[in-house]
Amino acid sequence: MDGLKQIWDTFFDLDLIGSTLPTLLKEGLLNTLFLTVLASAIGLVVGIFLASGLMSRFRVLRLPCRWYVDILRGLPHILSIYLIGQGLPLAGLTMFGNWTYGYAALAIGLMEGAYMAEIFRSGFQSVDKGIVEASRSLGMSHTKTMRLIVIPIGFRRVLPALTGQFILVIKSTALVYLLGLAAGQREMFAIAQDTSTNNASLSPLVAAGLFYLAITVPLTYVVNRWDKRMREGRPAAPTAPAAVRTEEALV
Amino acid sequence: MTQASTAAADAVTTTGTTVRYEHIDKSFGNTPVLHDIVLEAPGGTTTCIIGPSGSGKSTLLRCTNLLEIPTAGRIFIGDEAITDKGADVDRIRTRVGMVFQNFHLFPHHTVLDNVTLAQQQVLGVSRDEAVETARANLAAVGLAAYENRRPSQLSGGQQQRVAIARSLAMNPEVMLFDEATSALDPELVKGVLAVMRDLASRGMTMIVVTHEMRFAREVAEQVVFLDQGRLVEAAHPTEFFESPRSDRLRSFLDEVL
Repeated sequence: MDGLKQIWDTFFDLDLIGSTLPTLLKEGLLNTLFLTVLASAIGLVVGIFLASGLMSRFRVLRLPCRWYVDILRGLPHILSIYLIGQGLPLAGLTMFGNWTYGYAALAIGLMEGAYMAEIFRSGFQSVDKGIVEASRSLGMSHTKTMRLIVIPIGFRRVLPALTGQFILVIKSTALVYLLGLAAGQREMFAIAQDTSTNNASLSPLVAAGLFYLAITVPLTYVVNRWDKRMREGRPAAPTAPAAVRTEEALV
Repeated sequence: MTQASTAAADAVTTTGTTVRYEHIDKSFGNTPVLHDIVLEAPGGTTTCIIGPSGSGKSTLLRCTNLLEIPTAGRIFIGDEAITDKGADVDRIRTRVGMVFQNFHLFPHHTVLDNVTLAQQQVLGVSRDEAVETARANLAAVGLAAYENRRPSQLSGGQQQRVAIARSLAMNPEVMLFDEATSALDPELVKGVLAVMRDLASRGMTMIVVTHEMRFAREVAEQVVFLDQGRLVEAAHPTEFFESPRSDRLRSFLDEVL
């Protein structure tokens, strides 16, 4: 029974969890979400370009993309964060000034881009060659076929895998502390860790864990619903041109 | 289909573009697939190509819109030598529509957008004009009420008719059909063949790779028999089916009829 009580006190000190929550909510959550969205946006763009490069007919395009993906997927994340987040400013590339988040988002984004590239490549390559031929047969160029047919279809197919990657990004944002944070810049994990150290208890980390779950579980659920709906198509709508416009806007 | 046929008259303008194959050879690596094909598909007529699987029928058809490039020989669409160096492949493909065995609709678009997409992207017509053309062509294949559906919500036969409408919306001069009914359940074949008959009767130049002997007999002006990459016989269907000249065609017809 002693062991159980110790576990409870270490991880589930309700008072401490309760007192950490407001800071997590006010400061940490927004910072985490902001960093996640920024890093993911960079990762998505980098990933799509890398994926196109990986599928290129030309070696000069294919090989550098291959190296990029292999190296950034192979290095420990912490090292990549240092290399990009501290290496860039040291090299005189201070495009974000003193704004740590810029370097952090760029570092995480460039890293995630390598993972997303492989996800996208598998998605794009899963698009039926016949559909590509149908598009080309209608006179659509290679580029238009990629942009309007292969990428949208492939993107939808890898949505569940991308969600998994997105969740990894959310958790990767914790690594921003490596680059040093000013007041008000702490994301959820940094806040939890500080509180944890100050109180010699792991409960604040559990509090942060609850927040991570509160983001990731509903997200997974929503994406799976969306994925299912796209797979099965939506119920036949009554003839309404407005519905057609919405479809167009989606692509 | 009768109502649809009337509407279709507006949707398709017929031209009499002739397709000519001059000594076409095609190999994949070291495997010869077509050998010295000489053939003319006269403008405004239907040519059916039949033959055992692996005889090169589909390859010949795919050469006609440059999905495959012949190893030797020239292909003319009207007066244009499409196989010559420097030919504008994307533009040539707008002159030649193609319908595939497995439909290959764009699964992420509605039926209507399947038909409007290339019009807007390739021909550069406005959205409104593209929609109007699309609706006329969907009506022509009897699917006016389905424009907001997704391809996955349609039967195979309906999907194939959308694929035909999608090609026709580009206002092509020639239509190619690559075993367009082979993937369909028997009860769905009829609707697709009806659309093809309708198109033929309005003077579209059509080249049709098919196993539907009745269609070939009733609709085609010319039937061509390919075997092992060679053109063995080409004739009017009556002569082709009633009095085949070669032994190979005779034994092939014995097997399939």
